[in-house]
Amino acid sequence: MDVMQQLDGVFAALSDPTRRSILARLAKGEATVMELAEPFEMTQPAISRHLKVLETAGLILRRAEGTKRPCRLAGDGVDAIEQWLAMLHKALARNYDRLDAVLADVKPAKKRSKQ
Amino acid sequence: MSLTLHTEGDTIIVVTRRFAAPPKALFRAHTEPELIQRWLLGPDGWTMPVCICEARPHGKFRYEWVNGKGAGFHVTGEFLELEPYRRIVHVERMHLPDPTPENHVETTFDPDGDGTAMTVRMNLPDTATRARMLATGMARGMEASYLRLEARDDFDMLGER
Repeated sequence: MDVMQQLDGVFAALSDPTRRSILARLAKGEATVMELAEPFEMTQPAISRHLKVLETAGLILRRAEGTKRPCRLAGDGVDAIEQWLAMLHKALARNYDRLDAVLADVKPAKKRSKQ
Repeated sequence: MSLTLHTEGDTIIVVTRRFAAPPKALFRAHTEPELIQRWLLGPDGWTMPVCICEARPHGKFRYEWVNGKGAGFHVTGEFLELEPYRRIVHVERMHLPDPTPENHVETTFDPDGDGTAMTVRMNLPDTATRARMLATGMARGMEASYLRLEARDDFDMLGER
């Protein structure tokens, strides 16, 4: 899928507070629709519709277990955190390399002129 | 010099980096606008035309970045503690353009021989915030090439939305 389309789907999925709460619950582990519906004043079909949106966005996975279809966070979600951290690392490294050069200029203005 | 980055629990990121300069120079580079504007820039091509920094407890700051092609975003925040020249505690939020949840950041500068060992502790953003940062292509210097969108016209357009 195109990256832009994928992000659009993720944003749409995350725009709803119920779906964000569902993701927070799934971060603690796998859960059934019934378990997920419990904290909300919503019918199971309503929760199922939210789950469908999350599944389409690639944020959750569902497996068959008898008549139940337990949900869990998609592995991609976990990978995304690691990739985000790697990106942050790279971005900070670039900023701080720049800062090294700025500091070299700052030092001569101080008492110590030693490099 | 090498930078380390690791997570603590589910919510904290700890960044460490050594610098050849003493703590006072690091503290100044984090609190004086004319110095901040020279390094806190992110990907090549971005600049910080607006840098307001009231470096005192309860003082506010506002950093605005633009890429010269119509895209931009800004960060606002407040200083909670300023301990010259070894510690800064502040909160900040990105505006993408809606504000992200507040990020609490503690920066410490410890003497290390002739230089400084810097440690930055910050919140790990939630999933929604990370996704928005990715889409903006730049947040605290986010690396646009991660999404391999640099060559695409729609990347800059996304930033303008």
